[in-house]
Amino acid sequence: MSGFFSALFSALDPLCGPVGLFSLFGSGSLVACGEAGWGDEIAFGVKVTITLAIATLPVGLVIGFLIALAAQSEDKLLKLAAGIYTTIFRGLPELLTLFIVYYGMQILIQAVLASFGYEGRVEINAFFAGMAALAVVFSSYSSEVLLSAFRAIPRGQYEAGDALGLHRSRTMLLVILPQLIRIALPGLTNLWLILLKDTSYVSVIGLADILRQTGIAARVSKEAFFFYSIACLLYLILAMISSVGLGFVERWAKRSEGHR
Amino acid sequence: MSYVKELIPPRAPPALAVRSLAPARVAGIAVLLLWAALAIALAFMMINGWDQDKFQRYGPRYLHGLWTTISLVGLSVILGAILSAPIAFARMAKNKVLNSIAYAYVYVFRSTPLLAQLFLIYYGLGSFRPQLESVGLWWFFREAWYCGLFSLTLNTAAYQAEILRGAIESVPRGQHEGAAALGLSKRNAFRKVILPQALIVALRPYGNEIVLLIKGSAVVAIVTVYDLMGETRYAFSRTFDYQSYLWAAIFYLAIVEALRHLWAFIEARLTRHLKR
Repeated sequence: MSGFFSALFSALDPLCGPVGLFSLFGSGSLVACGEAGWGDEIAFGVKVTITLAIATLPVGLVIGFLIALAAQSEDKLLKLAAGIYTTIFRGLPELLTLFIVYYGMQILIQAVLASFGYEGRVEINAFFAGMAALAVVFSSYSSEVLLSAFRAIPRGQYEAGDALGLHRSRTMLLVILPQLIRIALPGLTNLWLILLKDTSYVSVIGLADILRQTGIAARVSKEAFFFYSIACLLYLILAMISSVGLGFVERWAKRSEGHR
Repeated sequence: MSYVKELIPPRAPPALAVRSLAPARVAGIAVLLLWAALAIALAFMMINGWDQDKFQRYGPRYLHGLWTTISLVGLSVILGAILSAPIAFARMAKNKVLNSIAYAYVYVFRSTPLLAQLFLIYYGLGSFRPQLESVGLWWFFREAWYCGLFSLTLNTAAYQAEILRGAIESVPRGQHEGAAALGLSKRNAFRKVILPQALIVALRPYGNEIVLLIKGSAVVAIVTVYDLMGETRYAFSRTFDYQSYLWAAIFYLAIVEALRHLWAFIEARLTRHLKR
């Protein structure tokens, strides 16, 4: 079964598959697939970029949701704790956050292992470090979006949930969350596009994403302008696809509102 | 027929359920303790790892990097503002060609990463060296600093054009009509009626854009510009001391927070006539 799916995916590969962009128009040029060109390497980079962004999204959303819950709670201490989180991670450059997470985790893990008596060098996975750093940044921004969505939901909705005898968690799940998603969706769409762009930073710590792969191709082939244009074009296409897709999602989320 | 003869006497309200330790409070205290532990650990790390020699060697470099970052961002914000005006007007123009060119510019620069734009300009244009030399622009594209400035300017111009356009379009139509009814020329109406109202709307997004640009400017470190991030990477590559990143974090947080508060003050000051 998995063989069938992998065959299906390679057949539908939009860059290097049988009907892919690079295989149709790039054969014989620098972006040909296979040994002749850089097409398959760049296609791999696209896959890494998309995987990283999609893997980061749920983690960042969940952390952001928790932070937003904390920021709108009545407890002052919890509010303060959430405020510190968003202030720090919205104020730091994404690149610096990435380095701090990457090297910080390495030092931390090394220290923990050293206390167990292991004295080797620890090399942390660049994908995981990139995911953690991007999730932290994404969550601090998404918490702001979700917080303003929370504020847009009137108190009466919670009270109605209480009046119906729903438990607080049921109210959140059945009454608040569907409205919250609808209100927050435009803001989250923006954040997704920003996340997609921010994935380019992981190329600096050595993850083989679009920018890293095109950079290697540019250095080897000495055609820097061509390859970096391709990188920009790929990011542009990804942004276009996501904004079209998210447009559908937004219309789907608004289906119950009717025409106004 | 029955009716109420005596009212229920007033009763004391039920006692409030006092929960001394609500889950929210527990979570708040736990997270705050975590933050405090982290802060103490960082402070301990800094005091413990304090090295006068390193401080003397890298301290001035950090300050120089800070100055590079601030000047780079300041210049690109100003140049971007100048460049954004024609783009914003082209974006509002009725001319289809002009409009779509401006739209394409804004779309491309807003949906590709700054890092890719920087690489395209620094490394990409480097492969056109003979052509650039014949035009006499090679001195500009040879320097990483100029390339960083150029790409930051182009990037922020796209964002600022959108801010400016949104602000100008947010001014209600009646203001144009009112100005026309008073016999003001289009130019004067724009300068004295539309623009002041638009700039107040644009104030907050401009502040956000400057903060984003300060954070984005860290990428120029990757093309060998020694800004704050570049000096940090230099110090880390020499000493392998994790502190170097923490100092950079403190500097960046200080700049961003200072700017945020300054901007809030400016906004409060400029909009004091709108308060009710």
